[in-house]
Amino acid sequence: MQTRPNVELTKTVLTEPTAEALREKVSVRNLNFYYGDYKALKGISLPLYDRKVTAFIGPSGCGKSTLLRILNRMYDLYPGQRAEGEVLLDGKNIIDPKMDLNLLRAQIGMVFQKPTPFPMSIYDNIAFGIRLYEKVPKSEMNDRVEDALKRTALWDEVKDKLHASGLGLSGGQQQRLCIARSIAVRPQVLLLDEPTSALDPISTAKIEELIYQLKVDYTIAIVTHNMQQAARAADFSAFMYLGELVEFGTTDQVFTKPRESRTEDYITGRFG
Amino acid sequence: MTTLTNPESQKRYARRRRGHKVAMVLSNVATLLGLIALVWILATLLIKGFGGLSLAVFTQSTPPPGNDGGLLNAIYGSVVQTVIATLIGTPIGVLAGTYMAEYGRNTKLATVVRFINDVLLSAPSIVVGLFVYEIMVQPMGHFSAWAGCVALAILVLPVVVRTTEDMLLLVPDSLREAASALGAPRWMVIQKVCYRAARAGLVTGMLLAVARISGETAPLLFTSLNNQFWSTNMNASMANLPVVIFQFATAPYEDWQRLAWVGALLITLAVLTLNIVARTLSAPQSNAR
Repeated sequence: MQTRPNVELTKTVLTEPTAEALREKVSVRNLNFYYGDYKALKGISLPLYDRKVTAFIGPSGCGKSTLLRILNRMYDLYPGQRAEGEVLLDGKNIIDPKMDLNLLRAQIGMVFQKPTPFPMSIYDNIAFGIRLYEKVPKSEMNDRVEDALKRTALWDEVKDKLHASGLGLSGGQQQRLCIARSIAVRPQVLLLDEPTSALDPISTAKIEELIYQLKVDYTIAIVTHNMQQAARAADFSAFMYLGELVEFGTTDQVFTKPRESRTEDYITGRFG
Repeated sequence: MTTLTNPESQKRYARRRRGHKVAMVLSNVATLLGLIALVWILATLLIKGFGGLSLAVFTQSTPPPGNDGGLLNAIYGSVVQTVIATLIGTPIGVLAGTYMAEYGRNTKLATVVRFINDVLLSAPSIVVGLFVYEIMVQPMGHFSAWAGCVALAILVLPVVVRTTEDMLLLVPDSLREAASALGAPRWMVIQKVCYRAARAGLVTGMLLAVARISGETAPLLFTSLNNQFWSTNMNASMANLPVVIFQFATAPYEDWQRLAWVGALLITLAVLTLNIVARTLSAPQSNAR
């Protein structure tokens, strides 16, 4: 990956965003979240802009992963967890209990901290998601799999062993496979939960490069502990602390001219 | 570095080394004792059993004392009853284990079922035999191979429930989340991802259950009993290796005793094979993870 100085990047990508150029793909409004009786998120409101990367940063336990997992209602898998408020996807409230979760999740892809390849071949890992909602002839399926693998720069590494187990890949390859699997079902939003924290620097660079390319088509939210990563990869950054949203703005603004002293303290490494 | 030259830490280190040596000796002795017992059993079986092995064992039914014969009816009975019992017990066991690991993980019902299952797992098999005697043999008025199958199925059940639950719980939740995140409904997550991830373990559990019932004598004494003659009638009593071994080994006739040793050898070899297959099935999967 070419070295891109962080400030320059955000400046070139974001030539001072104007309101009409940005469209809110997801709008979080006054969101509260509870693990049983414990209130983990307190009145969060923020936008995810269409085809932009938004980073959630903050110290461990601040609620950034929790927020991410609300966006595809992953918390619904576990009893005792509940959300209050509104999360609008194209104006439709996804917190609504009547929301069809499987259809929602097919529109909102997610990649996890640890790579989670399914115990099946590389090909089937990608075909799995496609087969859930589409009946695709074999030749088209081959194209879809190839396309997903090419977009994640994995094709050249695996094209000769598509029917080998996905578990045999390296950690970085597995993570790119998981991203390929997510985009193969053509979601609109991609949620990345610390996608590089288990990877070495070279794999990390590849994933970041990938994020940079994917935002042409997808709205991306990324949780990261790595300040440099947020500065490099994100257009917007949300700093969270103790379940509250402290500051949201362009990454450039949050990192160079934070409005809140807590943001500045965290970014400069004085706590967290 | 300073602590290692310190006489006090050297003394502590020496004490730990002595403790290590004692523990090593003890565990080696324990291993040796276990191995001696195992080799002894296998050697006795091989010596006494191989002598009686002949083609007749597999082609003729159990003889009256003093006549030539084999174990064909008993081998057939054991295989049929074991297979049917496994076919009854495994699906129920897998479904119950799936409920406990996937749907009812922290529910009261799952806790209760798990407890009862553990009781059943350690219940003496003779109790299971008596139970089936009461509910099937008594009302029907005669011993039957079906009753034997049911008794064995009840013994298969807890083993399969337990291994299914344990193996599914070993599948990381992140895998379930990943499949759900693609929009897969729950049943599909379980069927396509969890079962596949746990497949080797599930098969192992089934094979171990088969291995367990293939040597059971007590439950069959009250259910399918035994049959001196060739019979494929599931509604009548049916011969089976364990009960034949019991009957022949305790009889005073030398030719019966020889056949009992052969039967014991056959069961042991079958169980050994099942265990080896179970092992090789579960090995490559754990490497890949």
